Amino acid sequence: MIQLTNDPIDFAALTEQVRSNAAGAVVLFLGTVREFTHGRQTLRLDYEAYSQMAESKMAELLEQARARWPIVKAAIVHRLGTMELGDISVAVAVSTPHRDQAFEAGRWLIDTLKEVVPIWKQENWDDGTKEWIHPGLKKSP
Amino acid sequence: MKLAVKLFARARDLAGTSQLEVDVSEPATVLELKQALARACPALAPLSPHLLVAVGQEYAGDAQSLAEGLEVACFPPVSGG
Repeated sequence: MIQLTNDPIDFAALTEQVRSNAAGAVVLFLGTVREFTHGRQTLRLDYEAYSQMAESKMAELLEQARARWPIVKAAIVHRLGTMELGDISVAVAVSTPHRDQAFEAGRWLIDTLKEVVPIWKQENWDDGTKEWIHPGLKKSP
Repeated sequence: MKLAVKLFARARDLAGTSQLEVDVSEPATVLELKQALARACPALAPLSPHLLVAVGQEYAGDAQSLAEGLEVACFPPVSGG
């Protein structure tokens, strides 16, 4: 199951969705809005997506993960829009027969999502400036 | 042919628009589209070595050919999560 949403992520419901009697392990990853990055203070983050492509890439990731690990159920939800400190921006939930598989698959899913899914975050720093985060690019003036 | 290129994040902010129409002569590749974008919108220059192109909602390399009617998007490296 994959989803982009503007609403808060119900991670308890998401975790419940991937639970199964066929699985001995459930791993849940949450990405949350952090206050300090290299000493700079974040007030909030704005997320935007190229939504259709992001959804199809997220679905591809689940397919690729299913080919590599014996996944019983898996789900990825990414929230878009403005998020305050501590808010959950992304949730990845995976169930597998054994724990190693669940940790590995969950780790691969979030790592690969951050590399290929067309979603961007914009920092709102405490000095009033905004900055799109684009890995590998110099910071905007 | 004319292509409507969707822009996102800092690319959209620098261009001042979420969609830019560019004219490329056929047959055209992604590389030629990038060159046409740079001419049409010099404000994108600081991003240009890093810009990614998606054609039909799939990442496209410089050599990929373009056709009229395909959905084309251009954006800097992603930072979701």
